[in-house]
Amino acid sequence: MSVTEMFSYIQGFLSADQDIREDIRKVVQILEQTAREILTVLQSVHQPSGFKEIPSKCAKARELFCTVRTQIAELKTKFPVEQYYRFHEHWRFVLQRLTFLAAFVVYLESEALVTREEVARILGIEVVREKGFHLDVEDYLAGVLIMASELSRLAVNSVTSGDYNRPLRISNFINELDSGFRLLNLKNDPLRKRYDGLKYDVKKIEEVVYDLSIRGLAKESESGGDK
Amino acid sequence: MKKREGEGCPHKYSDAAQDRDAILNTPILTQPFLFVFEVFQQELDTKHDKYERLVKISRDITIESKRTIFLLHRVTSVPDAEEVLSEADVKLDGVRQKIGQVAYELKGEDIHQFHRAFTPGIQEYVEAVSFQHYIRHRSLISLEEINARLVFMRTEKADPKGSAEALSPAAKVLTFQVTPSDYLLGVADLTGELMRMCISSVGNGDIDTPFQLSQFLRQIHDGFSYIGNTGPYEVSKKLHTLRQSLGKVEDACYTLRVRGSEIPKHMLADVFSIRTTLIDPEEGVV
Repeated sequence: MSVTEMFSYIQGFLSADQDIREDIRKVVQILEQTAREILTVLQSVHQPSGFKEIPSKCAKARELFCTVRTQIAELKTKFPVEQYYRFHEHWRFVLQRLTFLAAFVVYLESEALVTREEVARILGIEVVREKGFHLDVEDYLAGVLIMASELSRLAVNSVTSGDYNRPLRISNFINELDSGFRLLNLKNDPLRKRYDGLKYDVKKIEEVVYDLSIRGLAKESESGGDK
Repeated sequence: MKKREGEGCPHKYSDAAQDRDAILNTPILTQPFLFVFEVFQQELDTKHDKYERLVKISRDITIESKRTIFLLHRVTSVPDAEEVLSEADVKLDGVRQKIGQVAYELKGEDIHQFHRAFTPGIQEYVEAVSFQHYIRHRSLISLEEINARLVFMRTEKADPKGSAEALSPAAKVLTFQVTPSDYLLGVADLTGELMRMCISSVGNGDIDTPFQLSQFLRQIHDGFSYIGNTGPYEVSKKLHTLRQSLGKVEDACYTLRVRGSEIPKHMLADVFSIRTTLIDPEEGVV
């Protein structure tokens, strides 16, 4: 094989690679659009009126997740499945966002931490790498961390709208989450950076709980906060 | 608070499956949160450990490949090139065995997930193996030829076997595929070595090699210009260095031609040994 032949062979490979990336980018853009729509729906729970509408907002978000499923199904067709990590960077961000949104919906509905399996089910993807397009554990954890900062906001806003129980429940939840994350030996990577922000969310919520308790506003929630 | 319970867990770093059973049987870890995060911990630790192991192997591959390249540079100054080449063969076999370890680590994994851990080593290997191939055959080794030699037979006992001989039917075949971009970057590094070889061969009074080399380098340069910016980001950086190397080789050929017509050959060597000292310091070792 001559040098020229070799280089044109490589060039062919590289442009095929670029085409795939181009296709992926297009689908991911649409996916990001849907993710923003879901976020907009869910953001309204921070409004004083939104607290009563949580179930309906969640139902709406769940509907939008159907769209997400079809869009991810389309994304899957754009590249060979065993090359997931080759193109991972393209959808990493949006997948973390979607995990956050799914986790947030599940939290609002049941006040529980979404499992990785559940997120994968909501998004219509797999948990285990061998089975196809899957949810990387780091992306899942990053999504959960995004939710933590959203919850600290929610704690503040729920006080504003007169719901004094919620911050206590959120505080319990976040504390458990924090102790969970402490088990992980994180490397110096983006996930670690994001985890470093968790303590500020914890602190913020603790302040809210403190404010409520010194004013005697948190009394009636004693039974619920123990769970 | 429940925080502390999980952290004191004594079997934190032990084998994953065993660990999971242990958690299931330990009464204190009934909180689902901690259980869930224990599983994540294992998964992340397994991944990070594998990554670190790959980085280590990659470093070994880099070192050995660099040594092979240094060895191959001796080819210009010794009378018997074949001896050096076969010594390099032995060294490269050792490197291949290490790549076999990489292949073993990557068995069943997505190669791209850990690609960043071993790409420097692989590039260095491509550089060494293509350098040797050039010295022997005066041509560019192809990606297939490199990949064809990275097939490993592994007996059930799980220790790396580099050679294809003596395989039992039960042995498993492991392959390692050099990605086109690693190949490309390795070849880009090769040009630096060729430039040094060119200069030092002139220093030894070899008049033909520089011309062959300059032609070969020009072909590679044209190839890289053809790829241009469709390639990975690093390629465009290397293209700059490649151009400098090419310039040096072309200058050398120019001098040879001009001076060759007026100075006797044995004195020409002296002219170049002066030039080499001028050129070498500014050449960053790749």
